[in-house]
Amino acid sequence: MAENTAAGTAERTHDVRLEVNGVTHEVTVPARRLLSDALRHECGLTGTHVGCEHGVCGACTVLVDGRPVRSCLMFAVTAQGSEITTVEGLAEPDGSLNPVQQAFRECHGLQCGFCTPGFLTTVTAGIKENPCPTHEEAREMVAGNLCRCTGYQNIVKAVERAAEIARGDTPSAPAPDGDDGGLEAATGETEVARDDDASTTGLGA
Amino acid sequence: MTTKLMGEAVQRVEDDRLVRGGGQYVDDIDLDALHIAVLRSPHAHARIISIDVDPVLDIEGVHAVWTYDDLEGAMAEPLPLLIPHPTLTHGRTQYALARDEVNYVGEAIAMVVADDRYLAEDAVAQIAVEYELLPAVVGVEAARAAENLVHDDVPGNIAARSEQSNGDAEAAIKAAPHTLSLDLDIERSACMPMEGRGVTARWDTANGRLQVWTSTQTSTGVRAAVAAKLGLDLLQVDVITPDVGGGFGVKINHPWPEELLVSLAAQRLGRPVKFTEDRREHFISSAHERAQLHHVDVGFDDEGRLLGLDVRFWHDHGAYTPYGLIVPINASTQLVGPYKTGPYRVTFDSLYTNTVIVTPYRGAGRPQGCFVMERTMDAIAAYLGKDRADVREVNLIQPDEFPYDHGLVFQDGRETIYDSGDFPTMLQKIKALVGWDDFESYRAEMAAQGRRVGIGLAAYVEGTGAGPYEGAHVNIESSGKVKVATGLTSQGQGHQTAFAQIVADELGVPFEDVEITTGDTRRMAYAVGTFASRAAVMSGSAIHLAAKKAKEKALRIASDALEADPEDLQIVDGVVSVKGSPGTSINLGTVAVLSNPLRYAFDEASKAATQFSVGDATKPPVAEGDEPGLEGKDFYSPTRSTFASGMHAVIVETDPDTAEITILKYAVVHDCGTVINPMIVEGQIHGGVAQGIGGALYEKMAYDESGQLLNASFMDFLMPYVTEVPDAIDVDHLETPSPLNPLGIKGAGEAGVIPGSAAIAAAIEDAEGLPITAMPISPSELFELRAQHAVAATTPEEN
Amino acid sequence: MKPTAFDYARPETLEEAVQALGSHPDAKVLAGGQSLVPLMSMRLAAPALIVDINHLPGLDHVTADASGVRIGALARHADVLASADVRRVQPLVSLALANVAHPTIRNRGTTVGSIVHADAAAEMPMVLQLLGGSVDVVGSGGRRTITADELYVAPLESSLAHDEVAVEAFFPALPAGSGVAFEEISRRHGDYAMCGVAAVVAVEDGRVTSARAGYLSVSDVPTVVDLTDALGGSVDEAALARAAEAALAQLEPETDIHATAAYRAHLAKVLTARVLTAAHDHAREE
Repeated sequence: MAENTAAGTAERTHDVRLEVNGVTHEVTVPARRLLSDALRHECGLTGTHVGCEHGVCGACTVLVDGRPVRSCLMFAVTAQGSEITTVEGLAEPDGSLNPVQQAFRECHGLQCGFCTPGFLTTVTAGIKENPCPTHEEAREMVAGNLCRCTGYQNIVKAVERAAEIARGDTPSAPAPDGDDGGLEAATGETEVARDDDASTTGLGA
Repeated sequence: MTTKLMGEAVQRVEDDRLVRGGGQYVDDIDLDALHIAVLRSPHAHARIISIDVDPVLDIEGVHAVWTYDDLEGAMAEPLPLLIPHPTLTHGRTQYALARDEVNYVGEAIAMVVADDRYLAEDAVAQIAVEYELLPAVVGVEAARAAENLVHDDVPGNIAARSEQSNGDAEAAIKAAPHTLSLDLDIERSACMPMEGRGVTARWDTANGRLQVWTSTQTSTGVRAAVAAKLGLDLLQVDVITPDVGGGFGVKINHPWPEELLVSLAAQRLGRPVKFTEDRREHFISSAHERAQLHHVDVGFDDEGRLLGLDVRFWHDHGAYTPYGLIVPINASTQLVGPYKTGPYRVTFDSLYTNTVIVTPYRGAGRPQGCFVMERTMDAIAAYLGKDRADVREVNLIQPDEFPYDHGLVFQDGRETIYDSGDFPTMLQKIKALVGWDDFESYRAEMAAQGRRVGIGLAAYVEGTGAGPYEGAHVNIESSGKVKVATGLTSQGQGHQTAFAQIVADELGVPFEDVEITTGDTRRMAYAVGTFASRAAVMSGSAIHLAAKKAKEKALRIASDALEADPEDLQIVDGVVSVKGSPGTSINLGTVAVLSNPLRYAFDEASKAATQFSVGDATKPPVAEGDEPGLEGKDFYSPTRSTFASGMHAVIVETDPDTAEITILKYAVVHDCGTVINPMIVEGQIHGGVAQGIGGALYEKMAYDESGQLLNASFMDFLMPYVTEVPDAIDVDHLETPSPLNPLGIKGAGEAGVIPGSAAIAAAIEDAEGLPITAMPISPSELFELRAQHAVAATTPEEN
Repeated sequence: MKPTAFDYARPETLEEAVQALGSHPDAKVLAGGQSLVPLMSMRLAAPALIVDINHLPGLDHVTADASGVRIGALARHADVLASADVRRVQPLVSLALANVAHPTIRNRGTTVGSIVHADAAAEMPMVLQLLGGSVDVVGSGGRRTITADELYVAPLESSLAHDEVAVEAFFPALPAGSGVAFEEISRRHGDYAMCGVAAVVAVEDGRVTSARAGYLSVSDVPTVVDLTDALGGSVDEAALARAAEAALAQLEPETDIHATAAYRAHLAKVLTARVLTAAHDHAREE
């Protein structure tokens, strides 16, 4: 990493080598450039979204050496030497969607799509670490990411479905509708298995 | 036969792109654009004595710094008051950059254009402003007291005083055997989409054209406003709404100062310029909603039947009124819900405060109205010792009473006439879904374990699909592909999918061949916007009508080509054929070729449309009254709104020790007319319910007395994570199609949020046995309520 | 919300780091950055020099032996939480860490960084204090050990000298016959707590011989209270009530937008009883 002092500006810049999705990006940035901004502006990878810039919402989550990390809470300069994976790097080598991407699509786990990249990176790492999450673990896996659209119901379904797809368990897509868990289920006493063939309720549009 | 897609849970066409990170949100456009940052008022109320921008002028990387003095013509006038109303006698709007006074923390004062946002923020920090501080008016009580004024020329801080009635409520209440009075409060929250506001503009110097990408709920509205403010002809301006990271209402207000400033900067500097709002800015310079204080007087009989209802409320409108009175009008008219209220009078004052402006947030006044009505129902039941569901039941409008006229004027200036619904069935369904009749045994079971639970219920009716109109343009290309444009915008509702379902069904083409464009004024210049749960009703209907026109034309041309009567033709999978004679057919793409008589062929298919190939040599190639191309364009403009409805029920547990509040069960019964895509509708309900829970238990804007917002971050403004939302939201449905539009649609976008606070307050009240009159409620507030109640219970009553 | 400009040093040795810190009065160490970077983005902190220690060798260790748990300055919360040895030797460290923000924050945030950030609302400063742990720091004067008692001098202020880098935290092992417990109540899962309490209880022959509780978010510095006398040897209802009152006498709960002082005080009492009971149960299992 080299330091530069560009003529005419007071602010020193640094040449940083970012390894993103297997591609090396040589970028020149001031030390204060947030990793989220460097990915978006210097690397042109706009799939990483900035929702709060104080580390609470999770939209900017990327994988740093395989672990989910808030890219808005890291400076690009400090990321040199790490392998970074953004949402653009999640698809399979043949271009098909990875199990998490597939599952979010199948389960209607996204609406506006702005928070989605942070969920996808988080869950991709999550089911790698825990390929058979319980329902409670599936909820915990996404408990640090905010979504304002979905109410999380279908996101949790998508986590469970993604784990299934990754394990090669069931080929069929679940209906997007939930079960009709009774009072027992709602009190948190049971509710581990989900009904995959629950019929679709025909709601108004 | 092609399967009908209407009512099917078709997977979204939007998603492949979005899950790959391929979305194009406004900040993703023109990555090399110059950035603006805005100097915002640190004070809630102050006069600007002087602004010194000198320190900024020479900063490397800074391209411009503007204050009010740099604005000219219409730009130097106040922002538009979008929705005037006869009772909004003292409407006020801010300037794009404050002229001489600021009225909330966050109001725009100066703007810097720089190479990037970092430099722009550095520069903003160098601008020196001298203020003369003025007393801040914060909260409804202070506004009512009017010891200080927000605007010198608005007496009493009253922007509007509005009254409606459908009978002599006062007399009816006086004559009633029982009466009750209640005071009910709701605090401020906000839409809080994950993507804030943002705008990017490019000025084409050679052609004198402006292109604006903005994260809005109305691209045509922004276009008109930008053109007017910059003194451009409408046809010089394109406004394009790219992917939008959520709206929930806040992005319907327009033009935001930055939409104008960025456009003007792009024009003046001849370079692309953008504004990307950060989260703190979103808290202090976008919009909030919900805060209202209410006083209710109600008269009723022994059965709990309403005999008269008189509601007064005070609406906190923030510092300005750019979006008119939509929120309090909704609250005042939608309050009546599914009930026959007897004579009803509602009066509200819309009050200025030195806080962020108030414009619609999902529900837009309806959650407040619902809270007031449903808390009143519960109070009546408690007074009479009756089951809360039974009291509601005796008041419901019956299925044979539609259309039901409330005798009130709705927010669109039209009559509040309910089009359809079946409220008694809905009540039975929600009781069954939540286990209403079995609850007492559950309560006893839980009590035996030392656990405290309660159940609550709330009903609403939501006017949806307000006018004035939406339009659609359907264009069948010679490839057979169908390109459709409608002008309103999308913020995640899956319009590309749902509208394509409508087109595929109407035209008889494969779903995959339909492509929907929304919110692009280059494709559809006449449109209103996405609000009031109106997209499916308005654009859905317009698209249906436009597709029908295209189909009629296709059949007419095909009938010539196939020498068959149009009546005998059908379109299946993009092929027009004679019913019962499938061999006699023509591709829709070929029909499109034939629809456009050509002089020049450009490929094999187009040879069929050249002048030596088609047409009767004795007639004009394009018949009189006809036009080339296989297109359909139509508009849908209803006389009045449709009315969707629903009921929610919730079971909560309150911790006897810590006062923590947990939702154990949440049940929804919902009627929004005909279904387009149940998967999408259910997603809308889930999201609305989560926002309702947020509004009931977690989210509020915490202003201090000086008008500083104390929780302007996601650390302290507590939007629910998955851990704050119940594990399951049980949904059941009813479908009473609207008679007002061709598809019977009513709209579903906002519904989920409306009864949240009402139902949850009822459940907490039921668990705790003490009245819940203000929402949201936190564990700390419940703890304090318990303490007050305990004191009150041991203190002799003084009357 | 972008940080102000700063100079950036990326030392490769501890000596270089100390030197860099000493070179500027307004220098700040960057490790996990999960507290520092948001403050900088909000422009509530604007250090002139950032000394990025993330690339120093040999500081990411998490070890546990009979004496206790040692955590290097670059060990991430997630690494510490994942350690079965830590959980065995001093379970309170693991119990508390599970309450630190969310997993994604724990992947980057460091335990030592959290300790020296000295936030009275954070879990690890209080736990260090309760367990009587210490922090090793290296500065121009060499290496020294600062006990938790000496570490927390004022709200958000530790006793580290300006040019000192915290390199390791030490949490003593849980002695035989002792038990621990931790509980906190926050508005949302993962938020800073409105009140959090941890306890260490020692039991001998069925009698409580020592009981101490640590409190977060109820005073402006991490606070530990000895409740041995208040309990008087047992954890029955009356003893717990006495202990809760005794604890409260030494706390100064304040009102903020999430909780009134009275509610915080009430939570402190409720949680004191709960964690003393749980720690007592734990001690008897040990």
